[in-house]
Parts: sequence; C-alpha cells; structure tokens
Amino acid sequence: MIDIHPMVIFFAAIFTNNMILSNFLGMCSFIAVSNEIKTSLSLGQAVTFVLTFTTLLNYVVYHYIMVPLGLEYLRYIVFIIVIAAFVQLVEMIIDRYFQTLYYALGIFLPLITVNCAILGVSLFMVIRDYSLMQSLAFGVGSGLGWTLAIVMLAGIRQRIKKNPLPRGLEGPGITLIITGLMALAFVGFSGMVTIQ
Amino acid sequence: MTVILTQVVVISGISGILALLLSIANRTIGDYGEMQLVINDEKEYTVDGGDTLLSTLVSEEIFIPSACGGKGSCGYCKVHVTEGGGQFLPTEAGYVTPDEQADGVRLSCQLKVKENIKIDIPEELFNVKQYDYLVTKLDNVTPKIRHLRLELPKEKEINFKPGQYIQILTPTYKDSDEEVYRAYSIASAPSDNHAVELFIGYIPEGICTTYIHQYLTLNDKLTVVGPFGDFYYHQNDREMIMVGVGTGMAPIMSILKFMHEEKIDRKVTFFFGARSGEDLYMMDVLKQMEKAMPNFELKCCLSRPKEEDAWTEDVGRVTDLIDTYVTEGENKEAYLCGSPKVIDAVVEKLFAKGLPEEHIYYDKFE
Repeated sequence: MIDIHPMVIFFAAIFTNNMILSNFLGMCSFIAVSNEIKTSLSLGQAVTFVLTFTTLLNYVVYHYIMVPLGLEYLRYIVFIIVIAAFVQLVEMIIDRYFQTLYYALGIFLPLITVNCAILGVSLFMVIRDYSLMQSLAFGVGSGLGWTLAIVMLAGIRQRIKKNPLPRGLEGPGITLIITGLMALAFVGFSGMVTIQ
Repeated sequence: MTVILTQVVVISGISGILALLLSIANRTIGDYGEMQLVINDEKEYTVDGGDTLLSTLVSEEIFIPSACGGKGSCGYCKVHVTEGGGQFLPTEAGYVTPDEQADGVRLSCQLKVKENIKIDIPEELFNVKQYDYLVTKLDNVTPKIRHLRLELPKEKEINFKPGQYIQILTPTYKDSDEEVYRAYSIASAPSDNHAVELFIGYIPEGICTTYIHQYLTLNDKLTVVGPFGDFYYHQNDREMIMVGVGTGMAPIMSILKFMHEEKIDRKVTFFFGARSGEDLYMMDVLKQMEKAMPNFELKCCLSRPKEEDAWTEDVGRVTDLIDTYVTEGENKEAYLCGSPKVIDAVVEKLFAKGLPEEHIYYDKFE
C-alpha cells in the first residue's frame, strides 16, 4: 500500500494524471461524441458513474477472489467481464426507474463497456497498489477528469464548427490536434501533485 | 493441472454469477407486467411489457416488414405511435425524418413497450402471416435464375395482390451464421392461394441467394412471411407498359396471370430485357398468354446476343425498347421492376414521353 492521501489521488486523477490527456485512454468515444457540450456532459456523467462503481467492484473481486487464489494474471479478462455485466445491469435499472436519465444516457451506456478508460483505471489501481479508499478517489477523479476533458473539447469544437478548415483536417484530424494542444496545456499542472 | 482447473473454475464462476445476476435482474427489473396494446383504435391486445414493439407485435402474429431482424439498421419497421411509446430515441434518428417524427412515426424495433400503447398500422399488415412452406419445385430456368414453388399446408392460405412480395427467413448454413430476411416478389397468380412461386437470381456472396442456389433441396421447409408491398395491379382503363429485367419478371408475371384469369382486356405491352438467349425464361408461358390475350404484347431485347441465339428481334437495353415502341405516354400507366439503375433510367424516359408520375409504379430490387 502506498501512502498517498486519497484526496491527492483524486485531484491528480483530474489534473496531472488525466485519463485522456496524459494516458490517452478512452479516445474512441472521446473523439466520436464530442460534438456538443450537452451530449458530452451526459456521456461524461455516465462514464464517471460507471468508473466509480466498477473500480470498487473490481477492487473487491481482485483482492478477495483473485489474489487469494493466485490468479492475478487473469485480471484483464475478469475486469472486462465485470465491467460488461455491470454496465448491462445499470442500463436495466436506469431504463426501469430513471426514465429521463435513460433518455439522456441511454445510447452512451453500451458504449461505455468498451471504453478503455474504465479498464485502464481498474488496471492502474492494481499496478499502483491502491487501497479501497484510494481506488474510490482514483475512480471518481478519473471519471471527472475524463468529463472535464471531453466537455472542454466539445466546447472548442462547437466554437470552431463554422470556421473553414483544410479538407484533410476536418473531423477527427483537427480533433486530435486540439487534444494534443489540450494535453500540452495540462502539462502545466505537472508538479502540482505527484502520485507515481 | 490444479492451476488450470482453478482458472477455469474461477472465470466460469465469476461469469456464471454475473450471468445469473443479470437474468434475475431481467426477470425482476426488466419485467414490466401486462400492457394494453391498441391497434388502429379497434383491436386490443394484452401483451407482456418490456420487449421491443416489433417483437411484441410478432408474438401477436402481426408482422411489420423488417429486413435486418430488429437491429435498427434497415429502417423498414416504421409504425405510427399515437399514444405511449416514450421519448424518441437517438437510435431512430437515422431512419425517421423530422417530419415523420412530428407525425408520430417510430422505429418499432427500437422503442420498448413500457406503458399502454396505441399504434396505427396499415390494415393489410393484419393479412401478413408467417408459415413454413414446402419446397415442391426447384428448377434452374436460366444459368443464374431458379424457379421455386413453395406450398402451404392444405388448411392454410395466403391472400396477396398481384405484384406484392414475401420475405424468406434464410436459416443459418455453412457460410452464414445469422438468420436474415430477404424479399422476393411473388410470380404466381393470387388465385393460387396455397402456394407462391418465385424467381430467385444468384448473387455471388448473397446470403439468401447462395442458400437458395447451393443448399436448398426439394421437400425442404422454408419459413416465409408476407405478403408485403405497395407495388401491385391498379384497375383502370389506361394502357399498360410493363418493364422487367432479369428476375424483375416475377411481379409482372403475377399481374399478367391475374389479368389472364380475370379476363381483363386492357392493352398491355411487356418489355423484357436480358443479356443473351440463355437468360430468357418463361418464354413459352408468356407466348401462350400472348395468344390467349389479344391485347397483350411481349417485346424482348437482348443486350449481348450470342451467335448461337440467332436473335432477330431488338438488340439493346429496355430503355431502347421504350424509345422505339412508346410514342406518347399521356394515357398510359407503367409497372417497372428491376435494379434501381434500370428503373431510374426507365422512369426518366417515361417522364420525357409525358407519362404522369402518379401512374408510374415501380419495385426496386436492391
């Protein structure tokens, strides 16, 4: 167990170790669903929600089932199964009891299953040997960081929507360049907190 | 050894527990209880909620046209929802235009029945049934076209309008691991209501055509749903122009047989296009009809006749036939069937000849 306060990990996950801007995880939906602030905020919320709970679930599964049996090397497979099943379950529950939320998130939930930021957080949690509280802080923080990044990108993309671009740069091209610039800007946070 | 066993047990255990949880959730959370489904303000059904509207309708034996089988990728299964049905979903937006959306049109394979619901569907869809047919005829009429006759059990019948189509549920076979519906026009007369005849062309790598041409044998069962379609015979006094290319003869054959049986004596010209002599089929049947119906005339053209065909009639495409034989189109009516490219070209020609748009009916084979 490493001795870092969970709050430090929380802020680090948002600013210095942002899932997208420093690890470049979860790029697929990050690029595909960042046309509008509104939808990207919804996706960000869904990601944060799923991240928080799958990290906790995977923590329990890893430390109480896999470690005692010496099956740590199977974590990739097991984590993915847990994430997929959890997302499915969440979708059913939201569909039944939170109709408005379902219409806002509905289409994004299945997308989250294959969002590698989710798996990434669970794997980092294992590699960095976090405790339960640290994992929770890391999960929530990563989710918020991911949301922050996608909302910022969506904001920028909305602003430049009408601007003329060279043909080859339209769509994903310019999006990747913007992401790169955002990542450079986030380098400015480095040194604020250190977790690895 | 024990290591391998533990891994297998642990992974299957975790997956099993999660699957169990999910199916319990599906039974409890996903169970919406009984819902009221009202169709066209007259027919009432009590259905189990929670499923998509499309599969709910199928369980009530009402078949909405659908080519993709409910994956939301064909956009055929549109229905009017007048009450209930919840909010419009992003997965429908690709197939339902904003105008249609304002009118209450929804994709029935996407929306789930979670409350009492009222829908409007065309009356004739009540006529659509799904049955297992017996393959009683399977001939190659040209090197690429098969003539099928599918028969219903004695006590069942199919009522269709001449020109309509059915969908074949292609089962899985060696080269295809998914069940798909594919549409084929009926070539037999509506009076022959215990069977349908079809002309099915071979398309390399076509899921259903490969099955029909390479795997289907006589006395097999084939699941068919239908009839569907708004391409059918219209009764009036206009002179009829019919255009078919390849398997596009099927619905026209059905219309001609119907007119023959009903002794409808309108002036009809059927322009049929093929590549070479070996691609001409059903010529004896058509020639007989030509004799029996004084006002019916058949005009064939070959685009690439071979030497052994000894072809003395027209050479070229069906559009050339229209150029040659159709002088003015004002009092005429047209029935076109074939590939989209051919139909677009023919429609353009007929427009130019003054044939009004509302009297051009077509069925594009895509």
